[in-house]
Amino acid sequence: MTARIGVVTFPGTLDDRDTQRAVRVAGAEAVPLWHKDKDLKQVDAVVLPGGFSYGDYLRAGAISRFSPVMESVIEQAKAGMPVLGICNGFQVLTETHLLPGAMLRNNHLHFICREQTLRVENAETAWTADYTAGQEIRVPLKNIDGQYTADERTLDMLEAEGRVAFRYLEGNPNGSLRDIAGITNEAGNVVGLMPHPEHAVEPLVGTGRTDGLGFFTSILKKLVNA
Amino acid sequence: MTLDTVKHAAETPDVKLPWAELGLKEDEYERVREILGRRPTGAELAMYSVMWSEHCSYKSSKVHLRQFGEKAPANDAMLVGIGENAGVVDVGQGYAVTFKVESHNHPSYVEPYQGAATGVGGIVRDIIAMGARPVAVVDPLRMGDAQHPDTKRVLPGVVAGIGGYGNCLGLPNIGGELVFDACYQGNPLVNAGAIGVMRHEDIHLAKASGPGNKVILYGARTGGDGIGGASILASETFDDSKPSKRPAVQVGDPFQEKLLIECTLEAFAEKLVVGIQDLGAAGLSCATSELASNGSGGMRVELDDVPLRDSTLTPEEILMSESQERMCAVVEPDKVARFLEICDKWDVIATVVGEVTDGDRLEIFWHGEKIVDVDPRTVAHDGPVYERPYARPSWQDALQADDANKLARPANADELREQVLKLVAAPNQAAKSWVTDQYDRFVQGNTVLAQPEDSGMIRINEETGLGVAIATDGNGRFAKLDPYKGAQLALAESYRNVAASGAKPLAVSDCLNFGSPEDPDVMWQFAEAIRGLADGCLELGTPVTGGNVSLYNQTGEAAIHPTPVVAVLGVIDDVARRTPMAFKEEGQLLYLLGETREEFGGSAWSQVIHGHLGGLPPEVDLARERLLGEILISASRDGMIDAAHDLSDGGLVQAVAESCLRGGRGARLVVPDGLDAFTFLFSESAGRAVVSVPRSEELRFTDMCGARGLPVTRIGVVDGDAVDVQGEFTLPLSELREAHEATLPGLFA
Repeated sequence: MTARIGVVTFPGTLDDRDTQRAVRVAGAEAVPLWHKDKDLKQVDAVVLPGGFSYGDYLRAGAISRFSPVMESVIEQAKAGMPVLGICNGFQVLTETHLLPGAMLRNNHLHFICREQTLRVENAETAWTADYTAGQEIRVPLKNIDGQYTADERTLDMLEAEGRVAFRYLEGNPNGSLRDIAGITNEAGNVVGLMPHPEHAVEPLVGTGRTDGLGFFTSILKKLVNA
Repeated sequence: MTLDTVKHAAETPDVKLPWAELGLKEDEYERVREILGRRPTGAELAMYSVMWSEHCSYKSSKVHLRQFGEKAPANDAMLVGIGENAGVVDVGQGYAVTFKVESHNHPSYVEPYQGAATGVGGIVRDIIAMGARPVAVVDPLRMGDAQHPDTKRVLPGVVAGIGGYGNCLGLPNIGGELVFDACYQGNPLVNAGAIGVMRHEDIHLAKASGPGNKVILYGARTGGDGIGGASILASETFDDSKPSKRPAVQVGDPFQEKLLIECTLEAFAEKLVVGIQDLGAAGLSCATSELASNGSGGMRVELDDVPLRDSTLTPEEILMSESQERMCAVVEPDKVARFLEICDKWDVIATVVGEVTDGDRLEIFWHGEKIVDVDPRTVAHDGPVYERPYARPSWQDALQADDANKLARPANADELREQVLKLVAAPNQAAKSWVTDQYDRFVQGNTVLAQPEDSGMIRINEETGLGVAIATDGNGRFAKLDPYKGAQLALAESYRNVAASGAKPLAVSDCLNFGSPEDPDVMWQFAEAIRGLADGCLELGTPVTGGNVSLYNQTGEAAIHPTPVVAVLGVIDDVARRTPMAFKEEGQLLYLLGETREEFGGSAWSQVIHGHLGGLPPEVDLARERLLGEILISASRDGMIDAAHDLSDGGLVQAVAESCLRGGRGARLVVPDGLDAFTFLFSESAGRAVVSVPRSEELRFTDMCGARGLPVTRIGVVDGDAVDVQGEFTLPLSELREAHEATLPGLFA
């Protein structure tokens, strides 16, 4: 018995097939979910992959947040189902307020694609248990609206509660406050980050490293052992 | 105003039409009248004017392009050749790959962001129109002088446009080039290439067959953008005296295109499509006339049914509009409902606008009146063909006599070191990551190699590891000195780059960028370049599968360097065997493959140190290129080499510097017997590569080269954290990196 992990496709989603592959590489079953469909097909967890859903028109994630599938995702996430938002998925999660804060255009105003070193700050979430706190990983980063921002009080709260899940090392790529690359909700089931672990799961392609595989093995172990 | 119907046109033969404003020449207009046996209607004139433009009809280039067919090497891999939206080659295991390079030069100068963005959009639609899923893009760019203020307007806009569109489509950008030269100042070259993958049985063609079948226009609504883009923008030289051409540039919406890709592929998967054509240059005029003329019957189109962005558009404007993100499919009547359902699923507007008839005419109606009644072949295929006069330019001899080998060379080791640093920091040789970091190279999760590697490589089957590689190259300086050899050198370099990555070169696409065909000097360059490329492809066994010609890259009297850009596609059975360029393993041996001669004509050294262009380009030996390619591929397959890098602009020292910086390891080099340090480092002799060989493989590797007759010279070892040329100089990697990587951010960030 393995876990069923849903991967949502919005119009304009780009990394859905890559994310499905990462789920399979980790040994779980990938279940495609469609934005117009409220039915989550009894999945055990959901990934909102990267891309430019609805062309990022209006604001990244702002339109997707109102799609039928998100109604179910929000409801289930509040009930404890693990949800991971990668890049555009992270933007959608902040738009739904499942995670606090917002993303601005990168401070240098350009799209940036590079390999990025991160420190895993919280290794106790549903998606990071296979890492150790303080572990450094290197995964691709690629976005134009990746500058994480929130008010000081929220930032202090995130820090105090250990909810900064990942921090940029060796150079902040986009001006994110306090070098924040990703955060978690209080319960640790909802995690969002701008970099792309799904592009670092096989040694032959992408960065040639498998540092991102831990996201998918973490959730698989959690679900199978539950 | 009365509608200019076919009937009205027949009754009013003396009405003056604006054929000259639409870009037609007088004799061409007379020919249209002759074909129709009457004056054309306004709508017919619109169609003929765009379809007979240089950009769409290839009227000046056709007589030369025929050589690609006539001299094509016998090649079992070719599935679809020149003439379709893009060529298709067999790469084994039941997979077919389609690829093509196109230009979007003129629009990108007028409006860099949108011009470049829609260039990506157009080439990608060509790929989906063949039935393939696009898997990667590449972008060969030529810009004006890096220091010129206008280059700071054009380049950042072009890069943002390519990134903004390609990133949003989810296509990894895996290769390309960026070359600066003052000759491109008023005529930057923005070429875009794309690769797509499909199963053999999924190949689709642009033809409308089967009377009663429906013609469906789907994608974006038609607007007033890009009207006359092909005829007015791409087929004339720029001239300050005319009004702004900005409205002739199209505006792109990559989100719409992404939906178009997914819904088209879904319709293909369900076998709903008989024929398909994308709407690019010349818009509906092109799609309807090409679909109809390639099929068996005629076509009837109701122009009132075309969804519009602007309800005030006239029928002529609707026919000429180059609004982006539109496609035209021919679908059997009983499959129309399902086709429309798929479009609806993806929120793509789709409308039946006509049907295939059993006649042989293309008839277009507006408000119930017939406004077009033509034989579609006369629009799409029987355009004018020109035998433009050409002659070897009077200045060619003087240019070749201005021998670069006689330029002053560095007098001592200090000067040599200084010139190496200057070379690797020069805009053309400097690191391009400021550009390439603005492109997503990871999306789709199959990128094995991407720039700055010798070729971009994509895995196409996860189980077997089957992959394809692509490289694009072109050296306008070489082509200026000798267009025949210059074209062959571009081909040779691209071929070598693919082989250096471990892939077997299969086929070629080209983007031929030249000045005005009305100038006999330019026409000679064009004719020579095509002859060279066709001869070269025959000798290397790699057929040209398609491509694009961009003429009129000229401002006033000043034409660009003749710039044939050549893309070579290769296949690799297992991407695990690819060869990267980085020197990574301390202690591995460095070998130089091929022969080094005193060849500095058109070289990077002559440009950077002396601002010189003259003499002869390097000698071409395609049999040697082929042998070198075979050795590189065998060595990769059998694990004899861990890194390989082709030698091209900047010569050996540039290649070694790049491989060292990429791997973070230094190299100790020894100048081989019989060569001086300067020639060893800077010569640009073709047919060469540098490889890194594990000590355990040394004997096997050198024996193989010896047995096959390829000159091989041990030149050093991977070692330390500097590039050290024994007895000459030492350059710490940190100093080299600073010089190499600071240039572009310094100029454009």
